[in-house]
Amino acid sequence: MADRPITYREALSSALREEMQRDERVFIMGEEVGVWGGTYAVTRGFLDEFGARRVRDTPISEMVIAGAAVGAAMAGLRPIAEIMTINFAFLALDAIINHAAKVRYMFNGQFTVPLVIRTTTGGGKQLGATHSHAPEVIFAHFPGLYVAVPGTAYDAKGMLKASIRDDNPVLFVEHSTMLQRRSPVPDDPDFLLPIGKSDIKRKGSDVTIVTYQKGLEHSLVAAEELAKEGIEAEIVDLRWLRPLDLEPVFESFKKTNRCVVVEESLPMFNVGAEVAAQIHDVCFDWMDAPVKRVAAMDIPLPYSHEIELMALPSPEKIIRAVKEVV
Amino acid sequence: MATEALTVHTLDDTAVDLSSETLLEMHWQMVRARRADERLWALHRQGKIAFHISGIGQEGIQVGAAYAMRRGHDYASLYYRDVAFAFALGYTPREFYLAAFGKEGEPTSGARQMPSHFSSRALGMLSSSSPVATQVPQAAGAALACKLRGEDRVTVVTLGEGATSEGDFYEGLNWAGVHRLPLVCLVQNNVYAISVPQHLQMAVPHVADRAPMFGIAGAVVDGNDVLASYRVMKEAIQRARDGGGATLVEAKTYRLVPHSSDDDDRSYRSRDEVEAWKQRDPIARFGAYLRERGLLDDEALDEIERRVRQEVDEAQAFAQAVPYPPPEAALGPVFKG
Repeated sequence: MADRPITYREALSSALREEMQRDERVFIMGEEVGVWGGTYAVTRGFLDEFGARRVRDTPISEMVIAGAAVGAAMAGLRPIAEIMTINFAFLALDAIINHAAKVRYMFNGQFTVPLVIRTTTGGGKQLGATHSHAPEVIFAHFPGLYVAVPGTAYDAKGMLKASIRDDNPVLFVEHSTMLQRRSPVPDDPDFLLPIGKSDIKRKGSDVTIVTYQKGLEHSLVAAEELAKEGIEAEIVDLRWLRPLDLEPVFESFKKTNRCVVVEESLPMFNVGAEVAAQIHDVCFDWMDAPVKRVAAMDIPLPYSHEIELMALPSPEKIIRAVKEVV
Repeated sequence: MATEALTVHTLDDTAVDLSSETLLEMHWQMVRARRADERLWALHRQGKIAFHISGIGQEGIQVGAAYAMRRGHDYASLYYRDVAFAFALGYTPREFYLAAFGKEGEPTSGARQMPSHFSSRALGMLSSSSPVATQVPQAAGAALACKLRGEDRVTVVTLGEGATSEGDFYEGLNWAGVHRLPLVCLVQNNVYAISVPQHLQMAVPHVADRAPMFGIAGAVVDGNDVLASYRVMKEAIQRARDGGGATLVEAKTYRLVPHSSDDDDRSYRSRDEVEAWKQRDPIARFGAYLRERGLLDDEALDEIERRVRQEVDEAQAFAQAVPYPPPEAALGPVFKG
């Protein structure tokens, strides 16, 4: 089966389409998913193809989108709920965290919640502080909820299909500035990637960069620059914040003895904090330098373009952090 | 049903206490907001600004509502289509354009917030947000503060009909009902929430039909009729000021342009429908009324357009000449002190 380069958007669309064709119980609900084809055009054409019964435009109510999806999942359907941006998922936190993530545990496994909540994350598009943060790490705090953060078209497709087929709730986070990125993706309708497996995106021996999504994109650029100076970075793409797979990170760290964590989250209580703590636990004897973090600045994300970009991670900031530890 | 004023209003000033000068000023406010708004669409298409969200078509209810307020005394908690409302409260095209370009010294936010998220302590405009309806509980809180302090200040909060699907709308108005708060909740029903029409948003014909469930008054008004809008808002504001509690006012209007600069409305509504609503354009209707009253003629209208164009040109040139914020502006006022 030939791998064909497609965009991240096409990867998401084809994953949704194939899983809807495969399983009648799968349906989509959210703001603007039907007539308009999705805020980021991921479900364009779906209303015509699957009908209004399975592609449902909802009122503007994040709480009912997530809450009703939890209920429909408990009652035997497999909803895919869409929240326009993860920043608006704050309006649905009770449904997502107190219920989707906890129902199975609280009721002794009587109910499962086979739910996927698709949403977008990330800044850089001048949409201000209530649209543009990347707070997915908050959702990874709670046991019971998987958090997917794909950074390539290949990962987006295999991870979304696996999420839809899984019986647990998944917050599936797509980066709003990466929808046009292309990579080769298998045509196989059963192409699935395992849930909770990170992936080495670049081999190197001098420093381990742990990252995901936009951080991955920046890190790959930074790594090429660093290579020109003889510094070879190994890049671990987490792909999932929960389950969090740090085995490849530990393995890499025992080789490089240095680590930089790159993410678009805010700088405190973030992914880097967790990775650094676990490296301390597991790899203390292999440490040659403190674990460095590159994240967004500790401010609500501003609107004006230059100061917005300044507040976000960049290849330059990654290069600077790497040079502090090598 | 407690919904009152379900009559179709026609432009009529018999019950309106406005002088000829004020009527002309309101007309100018509407034209000024329309032209300032149109210019931003052009600037967006030229790639000069990142984003624009528009109030074109909704100037009637907005200017009517603003003039019904005790401006500078009452609080307004506006939403992102309220450019005409904000201008009528004292916000200026210069300030609007500084926000659109994201320039240094932008007074609402220092260019940190998106444009059209109107906020000015000096003008009594509370902050507004992008997640819709979040302003309703906040406005109820502001109304509570005024009531607790014994002030006769009324809070007017605005939103679209789509936002009434959010829990915040119900929770805020329930509270306003329980505590008989001096609040007027103005829903500008412009028929679409991005692409989603009213019938997919709610099963009732009028947003204001929900007023009885909160134990507050309700009213429906033709929002493209500036004088009817003024009259209904005036009555609601007076009720709030007199201790009569909150009112849910629904203004029937229409967004004549796409949701925002990122949207193509041809995918969800017909050109015939848009054309039909253009026949009810609030500015044209008010202009025709003023002509009938002998307050406006071609020459006067040309003069208004000339003045407005000059102000908009000047505001654009001003904002373009201002630099972008320096890097340290990003650090901004996160905490006090």
